[in-house]
Amino acid sequence: MIKILLFAQLREVLKCHRLEFPLSTPLSVAELKSQLAGRGDLWHLMFAEQEVLVAVNQVMRDNETMLVSGDEVAFFPPVTGG
Amino acid sequence: MPDSPSGETSATAPANNHIQILDRAFEPSAMYQAMLATDVHHGALVTFTGMVRDLAAKPVNAMFLEHYPGMTERALEDIIAKARTRWVLGQVSISHRVGMLYPGEPIVFVGVTSTHRREAFEACQFLMDFLKMDAPFWKKEFTPDGERWVAAKSSDCEAAKRW
Repeated sequence: MIKILLFAQLREVLKCHRLEFPLSTPLSVAELKSQLAGRGDLWHLMFAEQEVLVAVNQVMRDNETMLVSGDEVAFFPPVTGG
Repeated sequence: MPDSPSGETSATAPANNHIQILDRAFEPSAMYQAMLATDVHHGALVTFTGMVRDLAAKPVNAMFLEHYPGMTERALEDIIAKARTRWVLGQVSISHRVGMLYPGEPIVFVGVTSTHRREAFEACQFLMDFLKMDAPFWKKEFTPDGERWVAAKSSDCEAAKRW
């Protein structure tokens, strides 16, 4: 099982801040994104048509990063602080 | 109203790093005074304060700042650690607001002490450039025309690339 967190537009548009995702075999971030994009039109819009950043266990990672059970995976738009 | 991360969190892992995520208005002069009062070993103190703008051409009534509790503090610690590999710095203080903000209110304060001004100026700019690119904060503006998430600027990425 991995924990998925969504922030900003993603959280708001998908009306979801946190979800649990069952993970039987290791999966890349890119594979997880394409699975999430298949959950519906809005999910496709957020995960397949826009720039989405990813953090794994609170560190910025990329599409090739492999995920294992217990990981905390966060998706969010490019940051706009400061 | 979006979900608001409530409560104040702070982390201060090397003693000379001071990181604060604040959910209510703060006074940058208090941060400045604290740095001045505790540092007699360095000749230079440079600070930056960023504020919510309300431009006539682009009016903003309020702003909501979302962040990723846990990762935010960690990302700021990493940015400070990166700065410390490039310059010899004394104290580094970063305070960043979250929650609802209004025009004129400070969003971010960055303060750096060093032996000489050049290091302090450069490190302060470096910290802001990387904060804008790597720290997980997101702004949403409330305007007379409605609310909108602020889009990231490519110029912010360019600013960090120069280092």
